Formats: sequence, structure tokens, C-alpha cells
Amino acid sequence: MSFPWANEYKPSHPFMQWMDEKLPLPRFMYNAIGAGYPVPRNLNYMWNFGVLAGFCLVIQIVTGVILAMHYAANADVAFNSTEHIMRDVNWGWLMRYAHANGASAFFVVVYTHIFRGFYYSSYKAPREMVWLLGVAIFLLMMATAFMGYVLPWGQMSFWGAKVITGLFGAIPLVGEPLQHWLLGGFSPDNAALNRFFSLHFLLPFVILGVVILHIWALHIPGSSNPTGVEIKTESDTVPFHPYYTAKDGFGLGVFLVLYCAMVFFFPNALGHPDNYIQANPMQTPAHIVPEWYFWPFYAILRAFTTDFILSAKLWGVLAMFSAILVWFFLPWLDKSPVRSGTYRPLFRKFFYVLLIDVLVLGYCGGAPAQEPYLMVSQIAAIYYFLHFLVILPIVSSIERPDPLPFSITEAVLGNDDAAAIKA
Amino acid sequence: MSQDAGTAAPAGHETEGVRRRDFINIAAVSAAGVGGIATLVPLISQMAPSADVRAESSTEIDISAIAPGQAIKAVFRKQPVFIRNLTPAEIAAAEAVDVSSLRDPQSLKDRTKEGKKNWLITMGVCTHLGCVPLGSGEGEVKGDFGGYYCPCHGSTYDTAARIRKGPAPKNLEVPEYAFSSDTIVKIG
Repeated sequence: MSFPWANEYKPSHPFMQWMDEKLPLPRFMYNAIGAGYPVPRNLNYMWNFGVLAGFCLVIQIVTGVILAMHYAANADVAFNSTEHIMRDVNWGWLMRYAHANGASAFFVVVYTHIFRGFYYSSYKAPREMVWLLGVAIFLLMMATAFMGYVLPWGQMSFWGAKVITGLFGAIPLVGEPLQHWLLGGFSPDNAALNRFFSLHFLLPFVILGVVILHIWALHIPGSSNPTGVEIKTESDTVPFHPYYTAKDGFGLGVFLVLYCAMVFFFPNALGHPDNYIQANPMQTPAHIVPEWYFWPFYAILRAFTTDFILSAKLWGVLAMFSAILVWFFLPWLDKSPVRSGTYRPLFRKFFYVLLIDVLVLGYCGGAPAQEPYLMVSQIAAIYYFLHFLVILPIVSSIERPDPLPFSITEAVLGNDDAAAIKA
Repeated sequence: MSQDAGTAAPAGHETEGVRRRDFINIAAVSAAGVGGIATLVPLISQMAPSADVRAESSTEIDISAIAPGQAIKAVFRKQPVFIRNLTPAEIAAAEAVDVSSLRDPQSLKDRTKEGKKNWLITMGVCTHLGCVPLGSGEGEVKGDFGGYYCPCHGSTYDTAARIRKGPAPKNLEVPEYAFSSDTIVKIG
């Protein structure tokens, strides 16, 4: 974003001046994540999670490329090569635990980032494209994480792959051929494992590309902020560097403490013991569950138990995908002119209800497929869709928001000279 | 048009509105387009099951050791297949059900061979999302209807392996099979 008061890049070193004329990459970085990017002065710690998500992507790519040097994507040896990484490769255990827990950390950070967006209505104009690209990144992340979990070729890997590719079998007419095409066979086997490895390597770089678009789209209107009031004057902003590089650096330190605690002290806490048993197509584990970050959506998938025009299975699949696709319409479902939940008392209550609802769905998704969990997931799934399709449009049109501050400066300092002059 | 006059064919050799250049343009783009689309065929088709996977032959299984009330889990196309020797009580239970009340209406007769209605041969693949249901092995949970129970999402099948409860839309699939003799069954 080029606010007129943004600092201009003026390299002093002759080499940097020469570079600036030939390939102004340092200028680009300066304007994107340096002192040349003016940012609202009032960002709270919820605004750390974009940078943290980017950091997680870097962890995943670095550890992932290293793991690929030692892993063998062949159904006969994949499981053993994973154990080879754990036992024989120098620091292999660290790379694998960092990668497996890195996936969980990535989702923790991204869910926080998404719910920050829900609370502060970050999806609203003029940042709709930022939001749409973000949802696309989330979908890519889910695909990548799913395929990555298949690679160790343990029992959960195999049966997760079978269940998830089975979803495509629910599609009328083309479902079964499509499923066989995706798997390259009648059930997950070597062909599926190989293509999952290929795509699991490719998709993070696709994500990286969409992340660049996400940031590009963000920098056109500039960052949002906790008041939801747009930037008016220079006093509303501070340069990204050093103010937010410092704040993000502190957040990164806290994140790393928690992440390292998981990697070093509870590396298997989020995994499943069944995945240390080699894949066996003849034996389903007693309790198939996906990784925790899929649980809310898995609960919605399982919530459909009776046929209604379409089969229960197809309803489950449609609902599960719709649960994410509905986010694409969020900028147009929430019509309130006020962005921040801080000034929207009624919206704020429903935001917290949604948060609890998703946590309940998550809990049910990780629980066995029996009562009372099915009934609870059914109610929670209905509420989930009610929130986005009914509650949000109604609340945004009937609620009376609290008075907004005149500017970001007023919200921070208690008064704003510009407001006084205008009055 | 007029500015192209110098490069176009001499006046009088072309029909109004269609020049050699337009023809070449359409022909070139069409050829490239058709070629590009044709290239997609191998790119997409390579992902479909390969010849060695498709070539997997049928499976022959000796069922002489399966006593009434027992079942085995055999392998067919790298997937489990259940072969179950039904007891008279299980046959009676399956036949007592009103077929029209079922989600996927089929009688036990539809699902077994003539004169062999004690031999229930089905895929061991839940029609919901492809898990292997329990109930074929000794001591496994058979569910509320005495057939098979899928641990993944709770689909419950009866003694004719018909779906009775849970999310699965269909009965367990009956594969193509034939009795080669009284004790050998050929699946596929």
C-alpha cells in the first residue's frame, strides 16, 4: 500500500543503488515487510498469526524437503523408511517430529488467524479478495496435510486415505470411476502412495504462491485493525519495521517455546498409536479418526445418518465441503457496515457461540461414531450452517452497533487533533 | 482493415471480411487447441488403474472348512471379501424381514445363489466410506442385527449383509462369483 506518507526506499550503499536499478527486489521487500509499509498503530496480538502462519509454512517446507531425502514412496518400504528416519538418520527423529507437529502448529495458527478474521470481520470490503485467497490457502492446506498423513503408510494413513477417497465415491454416476482414477486402483496402494507423495511435495509451493497473492491483495488496501476504522492520517500508522517486526518477533518467540515443547516433550501427543502399525488393507482399526484439525468437518460428515432424497453419505460429503465453501460467501452474508466485533454487541455473542459450536463439533469428530456424539454433532452442524446462512445476515441487519471511535489515533490516545478540528 | 492493405493479399483476390490471414489464424489456433486437448488424454489417463492392477485375476477359494455360523475374510482385488456360512437361524432372521422396509431392498434370495442360500458372499467393504466391517472373525462385534458392524461410522448390517442402520447407503456388495464345485468358489 502506498499511503502518501510511506517511507521511501533510499539505499545508501552504491551496490544497493546499482541493484535497485537492475532488479528492485530489496525495494519490493522494503515496501512489503519493511519500513516502507505503514501499518495501523493499534494492532493487537491477534495480528501476529499471519506472520506465524508464514513461518510455519517455512518450517514445513524445510523439514519436508529434508524428509523427502530419506523417505521412500513405495508401499513395500514406506513404513520402514519412516522408521529408518526415526532411528537411523542423523537427527531424523527431530525432522519428522518437527514436521508432524509443525502441521498441527500450522493449523492452530491458521485457525486462530481465521477466527481473528471472523471476529474483526476482516473479510469485508475492501479486503474480500484477501479473504477469498485465504480460504483457498486453507483448502490447499487441508489437501496437503491429508496427503502427508498418508505417506508413513501406517494403519491410520491407509484407512484415512480409504475413507477420504471414499468420499468421492458418493458422487452419483461418476463417483466410483473417479475414486479409482484418484487412487490408480480399487483401493489405496502403491499408485496412490506415489501420487500422494508427488502432490504433497508440490502443493506447499502452490500454497506459497497463493500466500504471495494473499499478501499482495492485503497490501492494496493495507492491514485492517481492531477498531475496524480505516486509516485516515499518518498518525494512525507506524512503519511495519521496526514496530511490527519487533512485535511479531516477540510473538514468534512465544510460539517457538510452545512448538518446541510439543516437538521435544510430547511429540506423539497429537498422533495415533495405530499409525505405528504398518498399513493392512484387511484390518480396519477399531476407531478411525483423522488428525485433530479435521475433526469439526469430520463430525459434519458423520452427522447425516438417514437418506433424504439423496443418500445420507452424499449429504454428509456435500455438507462437509459446504462447511468450508460457505466461508467464500462471508463477505456478502455479513452486511453490517461496522467491521470489528468490539463494536457489535449482538454479533459478538454469536461469534462466541460459533466458536463453542466448532469446538463441540471438533470434540464429536474425534469421538466414536455413536450416541450421544451423533446427536450432538447433528445439532452442532445445524447450528454451524444456521450461523452463516441465517443468523449472520439477520444480526448484521438488525443490530445497533456501539459508537465507533473517530479514528485509530483516537482509539489509542483517547483524542485525535484531526477530530477536534473537524468538530 | 485499411491499414492492413499493404500486407494482405492483393485486392480482388479476397472475399469481403475473410482474408488469408484470418483463415491461417483460425486454422493455427484450432490445430493448437485440438493438439493441446489431445495432450490431456495421456496426462489424465495415466492416473487411472494401470495394466497390472487391472489384470488382477479372479480368486478361487476353498470353502469346505467353513462351518455353519463361521465366516472367513478372503482377498479379492486387494480388498477383503466375506464368505459366510449362515446358520438356519440366521437365514430365518434374514427372511423374516419385510424387504420393502429396507433402505436397499433385496431379499436373501437376491443375494445368494440358487440352492446355496446359506453361502453369503459379499465384499468386506462398507458402502459408506470403504472401511472393513467387523463380524467375520471369531468374537468380533456383529452389531444389533447379527451381521456386520462397521467401526468407522457405525453402519450396521443384518445376517444377509443388508444395511439396517447407520450412514451406509447400500447393502454390502455381492461380487460376481460362481461355485466351481460344492467346495470351491470362484470370485470375479
